[in-house]
Amino acid sequence: MTDFLMPSLGADMEAGTLAEWLVKPGDAVKRGDVVAVVETDKGAIEIEIFNDGVVSELVVPVGARVPVGTVLARLGDTAQTPAPKPPLAPAVAAPSPPTPPSASPPSASPPSAPPPSAPARPRSSPAARRLAAARGIDLARMAGSGPGGAIVLADLEAPRPAAPRGDLAARRGFDPAAMRLAIGSAMSRSKREIPHYYLSETIDCTAALAWLERRNRDRAPPERVLPAALFVRAVALALAKTPELNGYWQDGHFQPGGGVHIGWAIALRGGGLVAPAIRDADALSVDGIMAAMRDLVLRARGARLRGSELTAPTITITSLGDRGAEAVWPIIYPPQVAMVGIGRIVTRPWVVGGSIAARPVVTLTLAGDHRASDGHLGGRFLAEIGRRLQEIEAP
Amino acid sequence: MSAATSAPEPQRVTYREACKLAIRAAILADPRVVLMGEDVARYGGCYAVTKGLAAELGEDRIRDTPLSEAGFVGAGIGAALAGLRPIVEIMTVNFSLLALDQIVNSAAAIPHMSGGQFAVPLVIRMATGAGRQLAAQHSHSLEGWYAHIPGLKILAPATVEDARHMLQPAIDDPNPVLLFEHVMLYGEEGTLDPAVTGVDIVSARIRRPGSDVTLVTYGGSLFKTLEAAESLRQEGIEAEVIDLRVLRPLDMTTILGSVARTHRAVIVDEGWRSGSLSAEIAARIGEASFYDLDAPIRRVCSREVPIPYAAHLEQAALPQAPDIAATARALVKGG
Repeated sequence: MTDFLMPSLGADMEAGTLAEWLVKPGDAVKRGDVVAVVETDKGAIEIEIFNDGVVSELVVPVGARVPVGTVLARLGDTAQTPAPKPPLAPAVAAPSPPTPPSASPPSASPPSAPPPSAPARPRSSPAARRLAAARGIDLARMAGSGPGGAIVLADLEAPRPAAPRGDLAARRGFDPAAMRLAIGSAMSRSKREIPHYYLSETIDCTAALAWLERRNRDRAPPERVLPAALFVRAVALALAKTPELNGYWQDGHFQPGGGVHIGWAIALRGGGLVAPAIRDADALSVDGIMAAMRDLVLRARGARLRGSELTAPTITITSLGDRGAEAVWPIIYPPQVAMVGIGRIVTRPWVVGGSIAARPVVTLTLAGDHRASDGHLGGRFLAEIGRRLQEIEAP
Repeated sequence: MSAATSAPEPQRVTYREACKLAIRAAILADPRVVLMGEDVARYGGCYAVTKGLAAELGEDRIRDTPLSEAGFVGAGIGAALAGLRPIVEIMTVNFSLLALDQIVNSAAAIPHMSGGQFAVPLVIRMATGAGRQLAAQHSHSLEGWYAHIPGLKILAPATVEDARHMLQPAIDDPNPVLLFEHVMLYGEEGTLDPAVTGVDIVSARIRRPGSDVTLVTYGGSLFKTLEAAESLRQEGIEAEVIDLRVLRPLDMTTILGSVARTHRAVIVDEGWRSGSLSAEIAARIGEASFYDLDAPIRRVCSREVPIPYAAHLEQAALPQAPDIAATARALVKGG
C-alpha cells in the first residue's frame, strides 16, 4: 500500500485544490501516468504518479483544497486485485521526487500496520474547528496561516473568495492575485535567504544571428528558430564546465542537479509567470530546444503543465525578448542556486578589430547564490556562454 | 470643578517602602501582630524592609530570631495557634526549605486535621527570584511549589499598591498565607493612590488590556511582560497582561475570560517549567477553554538549571522581554 500525496510544485506552493481525478478505484497506474489535475496558484497542473500499482481509494474529493503532503489517494500493489477489503501492508510514504521504484514486498506481510485510516485531517485550532462547525465550513478546503500552518480563526474570518464546487470551472486557469501572492512569497524568501551576487557580460550576437538566418532561410515562420533557443542551448552546454551552478541548495549544502533541466520563465497573460523545465537541455539540438520551448509556452498559457515540469528545473533562465529591457537582474528561484537573465538584442557601437562598428549585442546577467559559488566561477560561466554564442556548432 | 485641596496627594514610594508601610500599619493597628525573622530588628532586614521599625515599635513587636528556620517558623505557628497574628520573615524562599516540614505538615495541615478547631492565622513573607547575582542557593522561584499545597494561600504582589495593601488581608485570613516578594522589585518605584485603602487577595488583575493574546504572569516577571506587550503594540499586536497576584487559589475566571477574548495564551513564569505553576495554568486553560484556543498554549520559563552566578548566564537563564514578545508574536502571526 502506497500513499499518493499532494506534491509540492515549488517553493511557493503551500496547498492545492483537487480539480479532477483522471483515475478511479481499481485502475492500474504506472509510474509517470497523469492521475489528477490540481489547481494551484500557477493554474491547473497535471499530476503524475511515481509508483506502479492499483488505485485502491481516492481519499480527497474533487473540489477539496488540501495542504502539500496530504494523502490524495491510496495505491495497492499491482499484483493484487482491488478487493473490498484491501490486504494489510506496511504503509510507506510516497516519495515526492522521482526515485527508483523498489521491489514490491511480498504480499504476506506482517499484520502489524494499521488499516487505512480516515482522510488526513487538516491542522486547525480548536477555536477554528468550532467556528467551522457552526458555519458549516469544510476545513479540508482551506489553507492555514497560524502556527505550524494551522487553520486559525483569522483564516475563517478573512473575506476570501469562496470556492464551492460549482465555481471551480470558472476558476480554471489561475487566479492572478493568488499567483502574485505566491510569487511574492517565493521571491521574498529568496531575497531573505539567498546572498545573491550579480555579474553581467555583453556579447556580440553577429555570429549567432547569422547562423540563425542561415538556419531559418528556408523555413516557414512556425518552424523558425528564435535567438532564445540559442541562448538556452549555450547556457545548457556551458553548465558542463561549471556544474556548481546547476542544482539546489538544500539542508545547508549544494546538491548537484541530476541532469541539466533548464527552467524557462514564461510570462502569463493576465500577469504572473511560471518556469517549467526544458529537460536535459544539454542533450537537445537547437531545434529540439525550440520545440520544447514552444510546447511549454503553449501549455503554460493554454492547456496544462505537469507537476514534474515545475519541480524539475536545476537552473532558470529569464529572457525578456525583443520587447524587453536591455538587461535583467533576476532573483533566484529557491532552492536553485543560479539564474541567468537575457536582455533584448540591441544594436550598439562595438569595437571590432580596432575600429568601431554597429553590432547586435545582448547583455547576459547571472544571479548566483554566494553560499554555493563565487563570482569568479560565475564569470567563467558567462564567458563560456559568450564563447559558445560565437561559434554555434550543429546540430 | 476644583479638586479638594485637602485630599492627600498620590505618593511615590519604592516597593521596599510599601512593604514597610504595610508592616508598620498592621502592627500599629493590632496589638496581636508581631514580626520575627533573621536580622529583621537590629539589622533592619536583609533587604532593609524593616529598617528603623524596631527602634520605633520596640523589639517586642519586631523580633530577631536565631538562624533556625524550622525553629522560628514553628514558633510563628505556635503563636498563631495561641492567638497572635504573627508575620514571619524568611530571608529567601531557598531558606524556607529548612522550614518545609513546619509549613506543609503543620501550618497547612493543622486546621484540617483538627476538624477546623484550630486556625493558623500566620503570614510568612519571603524574598524570591533571581537577578541579583546571589547564585543558586538564594535565587530560585519556588512559590509554585507552595502553590501545590492545599491549606496555604500564596500571594505574589508585583506592584507597590499590592505590596502596601496585600499584607493586611493576609493577616486577617484565618489560614496560613505565604507572601512572595521578588528581589528585583524592592527598588522599583510606583505610585500609591491614597483613595485605595485596601485590595483583595482573591483575584487576578488585568494590568494591560489587549485583544490578540493573553500573557499570564506575576511577581518579578510582570514588568518584563508589560515591556514585551509594549514592543508587541508597536508591531500591531495587542497583548492582554494578567497579573495573577494570587497563586493559590488561582483566579481562573479572569484567565479564562481573557482567553475567551484573545484565543491565545502565553504563561510567563520565572519558575522552571517542569511540574510547575505554569504547567498547572496551561493545563487548566486546556481543560476549560479548549474550544476557545486558536493556537497552542505557550510558556516562557526559566532555563532548567540552578540559577547561575555569572551575570550574563543568570540573565540568559531567566525569561526576558524579547523572549516573551517572540513567543507571543509566533502565536499571533503564525509561522
